[in-house]
Amino acid sequence: MSFEPVLLRNRGVPDVQRLEVYRQRGGYRALEKALQMSPAEVVQVVKDSGLRGRGGAGFPCGVKWTFLPKDHPGPIYLCVNADESEPGTFNNRILMEEDPHQVLEGIIISAYATRATTAYIYLRYEYGRCYRTMQRAVDEAYGAGLLGRNVLGRSDFHLDVYLHRGAGAYICGEETGLIESLEGKRAWPRIKPPFPAVEGAFRKPTIVNNVETLACVTHILDRGADWFKSIGVPPDPNNPRDLGSYGPKLYCISGHVNHPCCVELPLGVTARQLIEEHGGGVWKGRKAKAVVPGGISMGFLSESELDTPLDFNGPTKVGCLGLGTAAVIVIDDQTSMVDVLYNACRFFSHESCGQCTPCREGTEWMTKILARIRRGQGELSDLDQLLEIANGIGITPGTTICGLADGAAWPVKNALTKFRAEFEEYIRHHGRHHDQR
Amino acid sequence: MAVITINDKDVELADNERLNLIQAAQRAGYEVPHYCWHPALTVVASCRMCLVEVGEKRPDGAIAMQPRVVPACQTPAKPGMVVRTNSEKAKAAQAATLEYLLLNHPLDCPVCDQAGECYLQDYSYKFGRGYSRFKEDKIIRPDKDYIGENIALFTDRCVMCSRCVRFTREISGTAELQIIHRGAHAEIDIFPGQPCNNKLAGNVVDLCPVGALCSKDFLYKQRVWFLKSTSSVCPRCSTGCSITIDHHKDIVYRLRPRANPQAQGWFMCDEGRFGYKYINAADRLLSPMVRHDRHTLHVGWEEVLPVLRRQVRQAATEAPQSAWLVLSPWLTCEEAYLAVRWFRSLSPQTRLALGLVPVVGEDDRYPKDVHGHAPPLDQTRFTIRAEKCPNRLGVEAILKHYQGTIYPFDAVLEAARRGEIRVLYLTGGSPEPGWTSEHSAALEEVETVIVQDILPSPLTSVAKYVLPGATFAEKDGTFVNHAGLAQAIHRAVQPPGEARSDARIFMDLLERRGLPHAPTLRAELASEVPYFAPLKNGQLDPLGVFLTCETQGSVTP
Repeated sequence: MSFEPVLLRNRGVPDVQRLEVYRQRGGYRALEKALQMSPAEVVQVVKDSGLRGRGGAGFPCGVKWTFLPKDHPGPIYLCVNADESEPGTFNNRILMEEDPHQVLEGIIISAYATRATTAYIYLRYEYGRCYRTMQRAVDEAYGAGLLGRNVLGRSDFHLDVYLHRGAGAYICGEETGLIESLEGKRAWPRIKPPFPAVEGAFRKPTIVNNVETLACVTHILDRGADWFKSIGVPPDPNNPRDLGSYGPKLYCISGHVNHPCCVELPLGVTARQLIEEHGGGVWKGRKAKAVVPGGISMGFLSESELDTPLDFNGPTKVGCLGLGTAAVIVIDDQTSMVDVLYNACRFFSHESCGQCTPCREGTEWMTKILARIRRGQGELSDLDQLLEIANGIGITPGTTICGLADGAAWPVKNALTKFRAEFEEYIRHHGRHHDQR
Repeated sequence: MAVITINDKDVELADNERLNLIQAAQRAGYEVPHYCWHPALTVVASCRMCLVEVGEKRPDGAIAMQPRVVPACQTPAKPGMVVRTNSEKAKAAQAATLEYLLLNHPLDCPVCDQAGECYLQDYSYKFGRGYSRFKEDKIIRPDKDYIGENIALFTDRCVMCSRCVRFTREISGTAELQIIHRGAHAEIDIFPGQPCNNKLAGNVVDLCPVGALCSKDFLYKQRVWFLKSTSSVCPRCSTGCSITIDHHKDIVYRLRPRANPQAQGWFMCDEGRFGYKYINAADRLLSPMVRHDRHTLHVGWEEVLPVLRRQVRQAATEAPQSAWLVLSPWLTCEEAYLAVRWFRSLSPQTRLALGLVPVVGEDDRYPKDVHGHAPPLDQTRFTIRAEKCPNRLGVEAILKHYQGTIYPFDAVLEAARRGEIRVLYLTGGSPEPGWTSEHSAALEEVETVIVQDILPSPLTSVAKYVLPGATFAEKDGTFVNHAGLAQAIHRAVQPPGEARSDARIFMDLLERRGLPHAPTLRAELASEVPYFAPLKNGQLDPLGVFLTCETQGSVTP
């Protein structure tokens, strides 16, 4: 199967960060096409393409846009979620560093479609290089009439783009947490409804989209919805809730592989393919013990599940939360799952915003139990306790405002069901030599 | 009429009635535990204590429940909704949240002020488990004595409901409190050097559902289960906040606001909350006193009253216009009524005047904006009024009825200076009556000054007779607030020493038999003075009754 990368097609091209080079390579063609359509037609094209959000939840992008109130006097805001904080994920960084104009083009098209007059790029603080490349691209675009008043001479389309650097918190990647942070408040996710499309940033209708989603919009407009639908996996006819996984996707491969990388592939490749064909195999000649399918919050695939297709539906079939950000982290067979899980739990308890009780206290509790197990003071009953906490904070739907607790719960659930024997073995033997003396 | 099913009971909702599921369940008689939700504050749905199951009745009668639990505080009651507050799933979610809340909560109930009125305790009994499964070390955070002049924060006990933070942002508008740090390490704190000392700050203590925010005034003074509660009205300004007096063995320990949408809403100001100490003051007037030249004699009531009665009657008969009665705006309506009845029974020409009405500055309205400015009237959520007395309207109504004109206190002073007053009967009841030596000097020409008050003042030192009266906490009666709302006050404690309620003193002077009974007097007053007609059956609703119809419905709290 031959696959032509589009999102990363400009990767490595010298100076493609510059507007003129980007234009020579066909840049801003899609924008011109889009501006010849009405905003509603652009929304329809995106809807027809079946594009699902690349930020983790996989919500259909075009459908989200239609939630905006009709005939709103404005302003409507577009927030670009570039607070890429899911462990193992770095595709937004590659996109913004390597091809900023592609992202910007997607932003302009999306703003046109949603009638947004201001777009905020919420960038995580640590992405200094992204900030510089994106800011240069924005400045160039203003100079070329692609931003500001009357975009490309259109008297009815004005757009301002601002880069906003966050202060470095995972929770700012949650869309309402992002909005709160953008407004200058504590990034405490909001209760919904109202959803951001109705009342978001500064109490105005707001669309929040991931960088990669917006980059895809560029190509959908350039090549058409049918082209996009020709890539990826159609919906499972036996699952009425599966919306299909169309289009190219940036997979980030990291962890214990010989060649960590970000590759663009059609949705639906398997973890094994990614490791063997793109990651250069597991390092040091070892075997994979577990693989994170899409950022640590999605849970774990065991070695026997590596042939699971990594589309929006695949990971859920083997008990994971979902595809997430498609950040594949490989864990080799010399690594203790107790350590891996402890690390994950520590991350989530550190990043929990502290608003909802179950997440605030539950993540901390799980971390403390795992720390105790690692100290050699674990008990077998701790494993059931961990599972009960995970169930209480995140697996039971509705227990918290945002999805952070879900993300904290699934790795625990997966690790303890798929690697239970290893945990029991660890508790029985690890650190026990002190007692025997 | 819309119907919503809570567990197995149907609850009717009025048209356009907006209730959340906590309120709807309350109506059905089910308690949904909650911490962060408070009817006066915005909904944050963050404590996750009120998780319930919801579903709907399909047209075919089948009930379809949603797979997710929802916070009852955030979910509006909609017609046809089916709510389960006590299903296995809901109970499990509530118990789980409670367990999480208790993980890092210290087990210091025996030394905690909140014990006995603590929602963590109550809900643990009702919804939680009896033991902790937490084997790890608890997070220990420093107590913060510096949070405010009147408030202390026991940081460990906090459940992060953020009610206090929202209060300072939404009601006082002063925004001193905030949350610092993140996750399980989050704490309530102030901005450095900016303590929470706004005039409404004490309310955060009431709002705190646990023992985290404590009143320094009440701290370690009394266990709450010893306290008796009596409903009353705060006398410190004309807003007339509904309050509860908490007392034990004739000592008042604290005042708390009692929710009353007709009066003030949910809160009270610190001026009122901490302004009760004069009730327990050591220098209260304890027995009647008679002055002979420079000597003051403590005498019994049975000695002083006949003499006093005779002396006043004599003056009133000989020169009725030289006998003056000054009615303090701190008297209850019933007391003012009895006093007037007595004085006018001596002669219809005796003079009635209104006592000093203390006004301090301007009405203080909240929430303040970022510059500390008051909000527009329609956005006002709490007002501390400039008029620092509880019952000017009630006393004025009686004066107007019996005399037509209302003499202000200045008229009394002028008449006194001109030597036109033989007998002056002054009533008090205020802890800060504003009497100065200037006033007492003006009264030098008056032959007989009778002062009925609660605390020593420049006037008690020039008075011929000093009668010890009672504070608002020591008597029954009616106060009429700035908007014409009549509210009942009830006796919480006994007056100290020989002191008597003012109504009883006037009953004695009137030679009426028995002890004052507020409902009877109220009914009598209502039949005599048309202004009080709405009170004709003598009873008063706990939330009060509006006496003037034009003020009804247009009241700013």
